[in-house]
Amino acid sequence: MELAIGIILGACALGAGMAMIAGIGPGIGEGNAVAKACEAIGRQPESKSSVTTTMLMGCAIAETTGLYALVIAILLIFVAPSRLVNILVETMKNV
Amino acid sequence: MNSKRKGRSSRALDILIIILAVLPILACIVLKVLTNPASEGINISGPLIYFHIHMPIQDLYITESQINSLAVVISVFWLCIYLTRGLKTRPDKKRQIVAEWIVEKVDGLVKNNMGSYFKNFPPFIAAIMALSAFSSLLSLAGLFPPTSDLNVVGGWAILVFILITHYKMKCGPWQYAKSFASPVALAPLNVISEVATPISMAFRHYGNVLSGSVVSVLIGAALQGLSAKLFSWLPGALSGVPFLRIGLPAVLSIYFDVFSGCLQAFIFAMLTMLYVANGFPEELYFKRKEKKNNKNNNKVKVR
Repeated sequence: MELAIGIILGACALGAGMAMIAGIGPGIGEGNAVAKACEAIGRQPESKSSVTTTMLMGCAIAETTGLYALVIAILLIFVAPSRLVNILVETMKNV
Repeated sequence: MNSKRKGRSSRALDILIIILAVLPILACIVLKVLTNPASEGINISGPLIYFHIHMPIQDLYITESQINSLAVVISVFWLCIYLTRGLKTRPDKKRQIVAEWIVEKVDGLVKNNMGSYFKNFPPFIAAIMALSAFSSLLSLAGLFPPTSDLNVVGGWAILVFILITHYKMKCGPWQYAKSFASPVALAPLNVISEVATPISMAFRHYGNVLSGSVVSVLIGAALQGLSAKLFSWLPGALSGVPFLRIGLPAVLSIYFDVFSGCLQAFIFAMLTMLYVANGFPEELYFKRKEKKNNKNNNKVKVR
C-alpha cells in the first residue's frame, strides 16, 4: 500500500517535470520573435509602437503551448495525487 | 462664500466615493483574515470556499474568487463615477484628463483593430480590460486574484465565444456552417480550432497569472528558509524574523503581479477584438445590405 502510494506520488512529480519540457519551445519561439522585432525597430524606429504591440500579441500566442504544459503540470502536482490515492484506497477496500 | 461651500461639499463627496471604492476590498481582506486557517510553510491552494448553499441537484459553493470579483466590480464602478464626476468642456481637474485619456486610447484601439462597423464596442473592451487588470492587481493587496481561478476566466472566454459566434452568424446560419467547410476535407479540423479558441484564451490568462503567484510563493518560502539559516545566531526574538523576505519579493512582484497582470488584460482584450473582427464576414454583409437597400428603393419608386 505504501509502495503504491509512493509510486503514484513519484510518477506524478516526474510527469509534471517531463510536461514542462514543453517550455523549451515557447522560449525559443519568443526569443526569435523579440529578435526580429528588435531588428525591425532598428531599421524603422518610427514604427516602434505598432511593432511592439504586434510582438506582444505574437508572444502571447506563442506562449500558449507552454501554458498548456504548465496547466497539465499543475494538475499533476496539486490535483492528480490525492484523487489517484483516493481511488487506490477505495479499490483496496473493495478487494 | 457659496462656491466655497459647494467646493467643500463636492470634496466631501469625492472622499465618500473613494471610501466606497476601497471598502469592498477591505471587506474582502477582513473576510479572508477571519476565515483563513493558519498555515505554515509553502501553501499553494485554490480559492477558499466561504460557504455553500444546499441546492436540489448540486450544492452551490460561494468561493473567494466570486466574492473578490464582485468586490472588483463594485470598486471599478465607484472609480468610474469618481473619474467622470463634474465633467467640463474645458477640463480643470486631473481626473477628467485621465478619464479622457482612457476613453481616447480605447477608442483608438478599437478603431485600429476592428474597423468602423464596431464603433459601439469600446465600452465592452474597456470593461473587460478594467475587470481583468484590477482582478490581477488584487494580489498586491494580499488577496486571491480571481483571474487565477480557471472558472472565472473560462466564463469570460465563453462570453467572448458567444460574441464571436453571434458576429459569424450575421449572414445567416447557412453561411456560418459554410465557413467551416472552406476546404471540405478540413472541416473537422476547423471545428476543433473553433472550439479551441475559448479554451486557449482561458488557459492563457489563467496560466500566466497562476504561474506568477506560484513562483512568488516559492520565492517567499525560499527566502524565509534562507534567512532562518543565516540569521539564527541573532539573540532572542530577532532570530525568528525573516529579514530577507522584507522588500525583496516586492521587486519580483512588479513583474509577476503588475506587469504580467496588465499585459494579460491587454492581450485578452486584444484577442477578443481580433477574433470578433475576423469572424465578422464584412464584405458579404455589406453586399447583402446594399442589395436589400436597392430592392427597397426600387419598391418605393414603383409605388
